[in-house]
Amino acid sequence: MATRAPDRPAAAPPGRPVRARRGVRRHLVHQLDTKASPYAYVAPFFLLFSAFGLFPLAYTAWVSLHEWTLLEDEHAFIGLENFRTLLADDYFWNAAFNTLSIGVLSTVPQLLLAIWLAHLLNRPLRAQTFLRVTLLLPNVTSVVAVVVIFSQLFGRDFGMINWMLSWFGVGGVAWNEGVASSHAAISIMIMWRWTGYNALIFLAAMQAVPRELYEAATLDGASGLTQLRKITIPMIRPTIVFVVITSTIGAMQVMAEPLLFGSYMVTGGVDRQYQTLALFIYENFTRLDFGYASAISWMMFLFIIVIAGVNYLLTRRAKGSLT
Amino acid sequence: MGKLRPLAPMLAAIALTVSAAACGSGGTDAGTTSAGGSGAPAEKIKLTVALFSDFHYAPLYEEFKKTHPNVEIVERRAQFNDHHTNLITQLATGAGAADVVAVEGGYIGAFTPNPGKFHDLKQFGLDKRQGEYLDWKWQQGVSNDGSALMGLGTDVGGLAMCYRPDLFKKAGLPTEREEVSALWPTWEQYIEAGKKFAAANVPGAKFTDGPGEHFRAIVDQAPTGYYDEQYNVIAGTNPEVKKAFDLSVKMIDAGLSAKLAAFTPPWNTGIVKGSFATMVCPAWKTGTIKDQKPGEGAWDIAAVPGGGGNQGGTHLMLPKQGKHPKEAAELIDLLTNKESQITLFKEASALPSLPELYDDPAVAEFVNPYFGNAPIGKIFTDAAKALKPQKVGPKAGDILKAFGDGLQRVEQGKQKPDEAWAQALKDVEKIK
Repeated sequence: MATRAPDRPAAAPPGRPVRARRGVRRHLVHQLDTKASPYAYVAPFFLLFSAFGLFPLAYTAWVSLHEWTLLEDEHAFIGLENFRTLLADDYFWNAAFNTLSIGVLSTVPQLLLAIWLAHLLNRPLRAQTFLRVTLLLPNVTSVVAVVVIFSQLFGRDFGMINWMLSWFGVGGVAWNEGVASSHAAISIMIMWRWTGYNALIFLAAMQAVPRELYEAATLDGASGLTQLRKITIPMIRPTIVFVVITSTIGAMQVMAEPLLFGSYMVTGGVDRQYQTLALFIYENFTRLDFGYASAISWMMFLFIIVIAGVNYLLTRRAKGSLT
Repeated sequence: MGKLRPLAPMLAAIALTVSAAACGSGGTDAGTTSAGGSGAPAEKIKLTVALFSDFHYAPLYEEFKKTHPNVEIVERRAQFNDHHTNLITQLATGAGAADVVAVEGGYIGAFTPNPGKFHDLKQFGLDKRQGEYLDWKWQQGVSNDGSALMGLGTDVGGLAMCYRPDLFKKAGLPTEREEVSALWPTWEQYIEAGKKFAAANVPGAKFTDGPGEHFRAIVDQAPTGYYDEQYNVIAGTNPEVKKAFDLSVKMIDAGLSAKLAAFTPPWNTGIVKGSFATMVCPAWKTGTIKDQKPGEGAWDIAAVPGGGGNQGGTHLMLPKQGKHPKEAAELIDLLTNKESQITLFKEASALPSLPELYDDPAVAEFVNPYFGNAPIGKIFTDAAKALKPQKVGPKAGDILKAFGDGLQRVEQGKQKPDEAWAQALKDVEKIK
């Protein structure tokens, strides 16, 4: 490449120092260009990330070491006291359990359903595009609208679901009172919004699976279900791992659904039966107890790191099994 | 769930903000008026007024402008809880507060310990108004140390008991207002009436919505509540609080509760469908009922057991950040004077806080056709006059919620009453 020429200033004739010097400068500018400009291109992201990602993270850690309420001007340094209180706080472990329970209840059936839907759509169908777009519709609906409507469906006295259950002789279930019933209701809202989205990701992965494998399997007399189990799932395993990781992170952060399901009750039910970790943070935040809320945020961050670590190990194993 | 998932709570927050803003924006400009007097020598001044709903102040602003042609008034509105937490943040960070702010009775205790953050209204001679006011309403606006006058009262929330005549009829109970009031001079008698209602087995209907609001009313009627005179929390040791809790448990045990928490969507539906026959009713709740459109005459209003009481009601205050306290003080003087309070009673069902007006025909003879021509002027003013004042501490709202949640745990069969009481006390201890 012509532009590479100034890379060799040593080759310049010795009797012409001016040009050599200019060559050196051009070389430096070029060096700067190749070495530094990529950083300039990615800088906007990293600047924003430091301002809105790293700095809050560090500052939260700092706040969590203090007795810090908004209305007081003095913020006493108390070391790890907030964390000690937190680990002894029943409400924290209750929120952690609820997060885990709602996470499992919503993620596992959701991913199974998404794979099945993707499998159904991964064949010649009429109105294919229409069906695929339909899958994404719940996802573009506002979460507030979804929860408000589902809360009415799950109403005790005049809800549609209890009305339908009454046909089978099941009496008025108070969905938001029990632990299991409220977790189920919230999980259904989450599944309704995200199943189609994940199905589309699976569908994209499935379309990259070579057709011949299915043709050969069909010739060998394998049923649709066998093909799904023996061909599709092994071939899209990296996508499955990706979706599992993103879903898990999402499940750790569930907040809007339980908050709105409880008619804006920050405790997530009178017995905290569906208060998630994110909602527990918000509860302490609304009490302006920023020190404690920050400590919970950091504990949640640690939980996510642990779960991400487990997922990382899974990813490595999954890669190994594919080769 | 996909990679966009982490955004979901954020989007929800945005959506909430937007919807809250939408609630408040229904006429934000309604109160905006521009200074018209070009001949006035005084410099032009802009006053901002921060409220949590439409107080129907627009015509009063016009009135104010007649004497203050150089003043422009801009009204800001926010959703109820947001309005108060915004104010706390604005005071803490020292910026952004309006010149005049509305503070509701449930929140006022959070501000009265900090007179330094507000202008003392005595500086502007407003202590001359003391004689006009209900004494307890006046005292709510005084700082905890008694040194400063922080706010002037607008309305009060005199208590009554709303009931459904149709359900009472089905249960064989009297339906006429006076007879219904005579059923329950005390809360014990209210429970007895409830037992008769329950025995009649009216299909689909319970005697009352849930015990939370009753608990609140019973505590509010006592001479002391969650705080003592020195603003120490005494919720756990005050026998009045325990008495209110036990009475509420009795209502649950007698099967009187429809297990519907006030102000939730199912409760709103219950108002229309007649899921419950009675509810504790401060003056402003008549507006809540009407908004659900249960139909004219579906609900009627009787006296509250236990003799009088108050829930809610607002004060107007001047944050220290305001640059024009003199004009702002003159504005709240006008907004709270006798003529204005009569206007607001007619326009917005805001019950006056000046007892002299309770004998004014415009108030005393006012009947509400939506509630079977109930003389709301008389019912609610009787309640407001009978109130024994109580010290409201900074976290009264959070403490109330801890007990309310405890009662609901009993109601839902999750805990025995003493377990719920113990946990409520533990929750109260955690409140900072």
